[in-house]
Amino acid sequence: MTEMLEHQAIGRGPARRDGVRKVTGTAPYAYEHPVENPAFCHPVQSTVGRGRITAIDTSAALALDGVLAVLTPDDAERLANTDDAELAVLQTHEVAFRGQIIGAAVAETSEVARQAADLVAVTYDQAPHDVVLSDSRDDLYRPDAVNGGFPTDSNEGDIEAALAAAEVTVTQTYTTAMYHQNPLEPHTTTARSEDGVLTLWDSTQGVHPVRKAVAKVLGLEPDAVHVVCPYVGGAFGSKGQLKANTVLAAMAARAVPGRSVRLALTRQQMFDVAGYRTPTIQHVTLAANRDGTLTGIAHDVVEQTARIKEFAEQTAVSTRSLYAAPNRRTSHRLAALDVGVPSWMRAPGECPGMFGTEVAMDELAQELGMDPVELRVVNDTEIDPDSGKPFSSRNLVACLREGAQRFGWADRDPAPRSRREGNQLVGTGVASSVYPVYRMPKSTATVRFSGGRYVAEIGAADLGTGTWTSLAQIAADALGADLASVEVRIGDTRYPEASVAGGSSGMTTWGSAVVEAARAFRAKFGADPSDGDEVEAAVQANPATDDYAMFAFGAHFVEARVDADTGEVRVPRMLGVFAAGKIINARLARSQFLGGMTMGLSMALHETSVMDPRFGHVVNHDLAEYHITANADVGEIDVGWLDEHDPHVNAMGSKGIGEIGIVGAAAAVSNAVHHATGVRVRELPITLDKLLG
Amino acid sequence: MKPFAYQAPGDVVDAVRSVAEDPAAVYLGGGTNLVDHLKLGIVSPDLLVDVTSLTSAEITDGDGGGLGVGGLSVGAAVRNSDLAADPRVRERFRVLSQALLAGASGQLRNMATTGGNLLQRTRCVYFQNVSTPCNKREPGSGCSALAVPGRPAPTHDGAGWTRNHAILGASEHCVATHPSDMAVGMAVLDARVRVLGPDGERVIPLTELHRLPGDAPERDTVLEHGDLITGVELPPMRGRSAYRKVRDRASYAFALVSVAAVLDVADGVVRDVRVALGGVAHKPWRATRAEEQLRGAAPTPANFRAAIEAELTDARGVDGLDGGNAFKIPLAAATVTAVLRDLAASETGDPR
Ligand SMILES: Cc1cc2nc3c(=O)[nH]c(=O)nc-3n(C[C@H](O)[C@H](O)[C@H](O)COP(=O)(O)OP(=O)(O)OC[C@H]3O[C@@H](n4cnc5c(N)ncnc54)[C@H](O)[C@@H]3O)c2cc1C
Ligand code: SF4
Repeated sequence: MTEMLEHQAIGRGPARRDGVRKVTGTAPYAYEHPVENPAFCHPVQSTVGRGRITAIDTSAALALDGVLAVLTPDDAERLANTDDAELAVLQTHEVAFRGQIIGAAVAETSEVARQAADLVAVTYDQAPHDVVLSDSRDDLYRPDAVNGGFPTDSNEGDIEAALAAAEVTVTQTYTTAMYHQNPLEPHTTTARSEDGVLTLWDSTQGVHPVRKAVAKVLGLEPDAVHVVCPYVGGAFGSKGQLKANTVLAAMAARAVPGRSVRLALTRQQMFDVAGYRTPTIQHVTLAANRDGTLTGIAHDVVEQTARIKEFAEQTAVSTRSLYAAPNRRTSHRLAALDVGVPSWMRAPGECPGMFGTEVAMDELAQELGMDPVELRVVNDTEIDPDSGKPFSSRNLVACLREGAQRFGWADRDPAPRSRREGNQLVGTGVASSVYPVYRMPKSTATVRFSGGRYVAEIGAADLGTGTWTSLAQIAADALGADLASVEVRIGDTRYPEASVAGGSSGMTTWGSAVVEAARAFRAKFGADPSDGDEVEAAVQANPATDDYAMFAFGAHFVEARVDADTGEVRVPRMLGVFAAGKIINARLARSQFLGGMTMGLSMALHETSVMDPRFGHVVNHDLAEYHITANADVGEIDVGWLDEHDPHVNAMGSKGIGEIGIVGAAAAVSNAVHHATGVRVRELPITLDKLLG
Repeated sequence: MKPFAYQAPGDVVDAVRSVAEDPAAVYLGGGTNLVDHLKLGIVSPDLLVDVTSLTSAEITDGDGGGLGVGGLSVGAAVRNSDLAADPRVRERFRVLSQALLAGASGQLRNMATTGGNLLQRTRCVYFQNVSTPCNKREPGSGCSALAVPGRPAPTHDGAGWTRNHAILGASEHCVATHPSDMAVGMAVLDARVRVLGPDGERVIPLTELHRLPGDAPERDTVLEHGDLITGVELPPMRGRSAYRKVRDRASYAFALVSVAAVLDVADGVVRDVRVALGGVAHKPWRATRAEEQLRGAAPTPANFRAAIEAELTDARGVDGLDGGNAFKIPLAAATVTAVLRDLAASETGDPR
């Protein structure tokens, strides 16, 4: 068992250390990093869904005043490594999807760069494109593994036999839409190539992963690439892996050596090249006894990937661990399409997958005439059905009970469409939430004593989540020092290697590295160090994972009101109760849960990227038409958590909290809408046309 | 985005003449629509002439101005926020204040002008993307909202994303809608638009300002190049009024269907009723057939529904992506019925 920290700073709610800088506008984001005499880069994008570029005429662009360079596949630098087709920018005349970057203009101002990009004339030999996901395609294939390295399929017992023998069954198809992460800060880079060093001020979830990937693509030593990113204006997974825009910024900078080049994707361009969540088609089957005990669970998923690069969202994986049942099956099948490459988006896998499973559970509860909270309680398990290991802690039932009490669930009339207030149909719904505890294999921190203060350095990221603050709390407790005497430095490859901010793994991984370094520091220098004393240490593998399955759990409760005339849905009340180990910073954690729940509401009611199959691009590619829940859509959101003690996860006792808030939220909304109206919407988003009449 | 010149002239007659003579000159109001279009390459003028220095930013009482007591005259440069908040507008023309507040966001309304709002262009996603064919942007190039020859759509009959598109008065060349909420509110007020052209001033009924697309969808309105909107006149009105906007999120979304209505009931029958629909046509759609059917009838939900259903007899949906827009037909019927029902039921308070 890990030696646990004594919680002093941990568990309190100090305000963000970077808060004042942000609200006063003095925290420089990537595009704003002060540089002398910057140039600007604007991408040229393909206007066909597939084909071959036969000619590119750059003369009009080059003739414009202020144009410094125009990059095209004809003459752009040859990259050292083109294994990753998404990153092999301007290396081929083949067009793989509409909106792909096929050129760029570099100019003295952003306006001239944009005008020059517009003037680049491209002729194509167009080929038919194929962008339509469907579960009846005959070319669906089985990927070798799904995101996170999980097995593609799982099979235990005999689901067909369980179905045949079951007293009650649910077999339904659920679909989630294509979603774009749409962080407020677009994907931006300021790049400079000078004296053999490429410096990238890049908006990213990990400076070290960017350095490694850029060095590989450009054939540079990692030491020759310096990546800086102290602040990020949101990412939601879309800045987790290197994307074409950053490679392009680097190439543009190398085309005008010594000059700093700024590149910001427009909102529309973000819909083309900055990643997205695949749409999913989910077939869910539940078999149960009359008392609600599940005898079988099957979750078979069809989703898309890009023809040029595989990304297989692990949509059905969480279903393997959520409820017990002797007969179980999950599978993932992909259609490879002429589309941009899908990627991580907040809780890849769990988020769409728990929509299917948790709406199916609601349908089962209805079939059984059983309270949906009780159905989940009946199927709780202390052993992870997937791995066979006991959970290090599992408080799903406690979350459901606490939530039900806080929400006033007991008064609920279970009959659908049974409550009407004025012109509104009112309903409530519940859903479970689950998210794994991840620890990345590599991260290193240094702790130094300097000028009477402790300085902890690690190349970690703060996506707006609060790393600047929470890592300081961890360092303070690991050193047994005052929070005020600890300084944290992150977001720069000058600091030791840190893993990407993904999978809600940051605190477990970086926090553990900081704890190792702090403990080594104390062991070496004692309680009274001298100026300059310094120690470096790395995160270790957690041996407890051999014996335990580790997950955070939660429960969502939602009230929905549907206008009886127009079908408009409003959600005045949401409650989330989570069991996620020790909460390191109460203020920041609340904000993360609340953000996740809001994003889940947005997924339930609003978000959908409309792919036009005739052209091959997302047509509603701006924030006027890609609807994200607005303030007026968000009513009261109540967030709570249990005081959960888990001695196995890490020295802090913490589980990740960045993603669990969104998992299950959309299902709870859909279940509430069904309770209000009697209409079961299985295709997200729940728009009013699906409820009319 | 192409470089352009900017002018803020003081002399309105000279300015109108010079814009009329220069095909590459356009007026600039708050810029909330035009500047987006400059960035997207939808228009690329050489010269922007700022109307906020050319037209009035005042709202004045109609008495003495020929409008009649209770009327208002609104300068073209009056900002949407100011018009919505004006106590006279809130009191006498509730439907207009509500329509304005249902539009865009606080920040946009602070910039947007009365003239610019009327002349804002459609939000059709194909119009707004220069890489897709659009008859309105490029006459003769085709309409991407409808089926495009040579571009098969494997999942449906070939149309595009039509959620924001018309169910009334569309043509085979264009099915766009006019997106303004304010204009729908003004349509039931029998508002009149004051226009200054190179040949002098004229007044156009608001309901005749915007056109149906027909075979010339590139023309949104009856105005000629160089015509300057100088203001809007609101004659006095009688009865209660309301605006209801149905949309895909609670705020900051364009109308799927919106309804502006004025209802005047006396002696148990409808003395006067005016209904306009937004989000359904290339112009604010005055439901004249429904109005006629209701005048003199009892103000009952059944009568309201029958009247709007008569109005919608010619409505047609477009089968597009994501289910198309045929749902707007029952939605429009339900919304009009609900608005009139609620107006008829609101017995209390002074007649507004
Ligand atoms: C994200 C977003 C959401 C929005 N949501 C809504 C909504 O929900 N409902 C709604 O109604 N609107 C909405 N709008 C549109 C907004 O109302 C319009 O952009 C605004 O009213 C236009 O006014 P403006 O003064 O900024 O016009 P400008 O952009 O300056 O001009 C628009 C057009 O009118 C011309 N013009 C301007 N003034 C005159 C004049 N006096 N005479 C002749 N021509 C003139 C210009 O040349 C230009 O062609 C939204 C806009 C955005 C960007
Ligand atoms: S509906 Fe009108 S605006 Fe839209 S693409 Fe067709 S022609 Fe253009």
